[in-house]
Amino acid sequence: MSRKKIVNRFLTYLLLLFFMAIFLVPAYMVVITSFKTPAQIDLATAWELPNPWNFQSFVTAWDAFAPFLLNSINLVLPATLLSSLLGSLNGYVLSKWKFKGSNVLFQLMLFGMFIPYQSILIPLFQFLNQIGLYGNIPGLIVVHVVYGLPITTLIFRNYYAEVPTEMIEAGSIDGAGFFGVYRHIVFPISLPGFVVVIIWQFTQIWNEFLFAVTLTSGTGNEPITVAISNLAGGEAVNWNLPMAGSIMAALPTLLVYLFLGRYFIRGLLAGSVKG
Amino acid sequence: MDGFKFNRDRFAAIITLLPSIILLAIFVYGFIFRTAYSSMTDWQGIAANQELNFIGLENYKQLFTGLLEIRFRQSLVNTFFFTLFFITGCISLGLLFAVLLDQNIRFEGFFRLIFLYPMSLSFIVSGTVWRWLFNPSGGINRLPALVNLEALDIRWLTDRTQVWQFTWLQLPAILGYALIIVMVILALRYRREGSMWKAWLVAGIGIATLVWLLTGGAEKIQLLSYPEKHGFNLAMVGIIIAATWQMAGYMMAMYLAGIRGIPDELREAARVDGASELQIYRQIILPMLQPITLSAMIVLGHISLKIFDLIFVMTGPDNSATDVPGTLMFVTSFRGNEFAKGAAIATVMLVMVALVIVPYLVNTLRSEQEL
Repeated sequence: MSRKKIVNRFLTYLLLLFFMAIFLVPAYMVVITSFKTPAQIDLATAWELPNPWNFQSFVTAWDAFAPFLLNSINLVLPATLLSSLLGSLNGYVLSKWKFKGSNVLFQLMLFGMFIPYQSILIPLFQFLNQIGLYGNIPGLIVVHVVYGLPITTLIFRNYYAEVPTEMIEAGSIDGAGFFGVYRHIVFPISLPGFVVVIIWQFTQIWNEFLFAVTLTSGTGNEPITVAISNLAGGEAVNWNLPMAGSIMAALPTLLVYLFLGRYFIRGLLAGSVKG
Repeated sequence: MDGFKFNRDRFAAIITLLPSIILLAIFVYGFIFRTAYSSMTDWQGIAANQELNFIGLENYKQLFTGLLEIRFRQSLVNTFFFTLFFITGCISLGLLFAVLLDQNIRFEGFFRLIFLYPMSLSFIVSGTVWRWLFNPSGGINRLPALVNLEALDIRWLTDRTQVWQFTWLQLPAILGYALIIVMVILALRYRREGSMWKAWLVAGIGIATLVWLLTGGAEKIQLLSYPEKHGFNLAMVGIIIAATWQMAGYMMAMYLAGIRGIPDELREAARVDGASELQIYRQIILPMLQPITLSAMIVLGHISLKIFDLIFVMTGPDNSATDVPGTLMFVTSFRGNEFAKGAAIATVMLVMVALVIVPYLVNTLRSEQEL
């Protein structure tokens, strides 16, 4: 290697390490702060490691946040499964049973994932109020299923587009109808698609805030994001608590990302690279 | 018999799709229509069975030219600067990371993991952490003190300074000049592509706007009766940093996927021709990444036009220095019960997002049909 190449190589790694450090700063801060007691949190020593490490914040945060974590779980699991299943069926129709105007219909559906939700928030609030779904978790589930339809349909439609049409035709010749083909041919090969969609919906719904704060504030049915923002919003907070709570709120999606990152990225790219 | 089965299956397909279509028709299009209608009424307060009066575009007129609505106008200005710096930051960092990681790096997967992990967090979590980091007497400001330098004294989120000020009266002129610049760029592009009549058309629009500006057309539009000042609020800087930290990895993933999609033979051929690595990037790879940059700008742009969570948790929803339409709509409607005005702000947001998204969707539909 020439000398210039070695210098270049060195600079590349140096830059990468520099930015890595910057990207890890918030993670470092949240961890060290959450392991301190309120008395140990001093602005002057904010960057120093806890001495001694103290787990009390997590005990207190667990007591404060456990009900809201439970709310989030009760919301995320049914909403994710339902919207994934519907997305799979829709994607199957829109890729393998195209009809006149189905592409335009699909585009009209897609628009729903880009709109600012503020533009439907007031009628949504009124509507849920009228049918008794305001302020509770079933209401939020409905909201997330409906507004999740565009992205889940999109990902499955692109996924099924790769499935050779001959496979579908072979099924038809064997006498299987629309649902038969789905059950015996399409659904069994859908696992990778489901992994991508479930991970995506799980992350989105777990992290969502606008619907949650508008539709559940002050009811006791708030998901974890609203609970965290309530705590961090007050002045003169003991920062160890929001930090410990943030770790609890971040852990589920962070673990999914760490262990299933490949599929997470696929969902991420699917949202922007249209097919 | 065959035809019958075919029809039955087709029917089943449409029936399967129908519930989703109906739900989206109501929840997206029906609700948008209701919001747009509400924005043209005088709806205020939470009393049931109110008599709503239709007042046309009065709420919009108030928002853009009414004396009291300075917060809305500044929220648009805030969104503009936020969008500008957020997109620029994400694209440059994302491209830098992607190019660095493309150099046969050891532990590439590990670095990728680090740059992308903020994407898996909610804005609420990251906003909480960044708020602590931007604490005036701790956090970032104390970093220099760690190496025995003087601590910084930046009031990240509470600064009330406004720079790059202009008055709302200058807005028509500013928009006019912006239009001219866009038209010039478009004209040059069309000329390069060889569609001369399109080039002349946009050039004509540009020239007409210039004539209009030079003959004092912009001054005749009196949006307000006094020169109301707007500009870039420095309190937004911290929020821009946090948002860029969160989304830069997304751009890296997009660019990396793009770079990996370029066939190696292309680079090899250039190397054989004696091109340096820098030339290969400038002349082969970057031009091929242009479509990615465009779709990324659209995705990031619509995120930034809708930004809400991050500001809610970092500076509070009802903080005039960091107002954006998303938070202002929330406060106006659900704290102030001014539903008609909130609906008008929401409709403005929708129009802004639609201006970015609809051409993109139509374009992808068209290119798909050509396949």
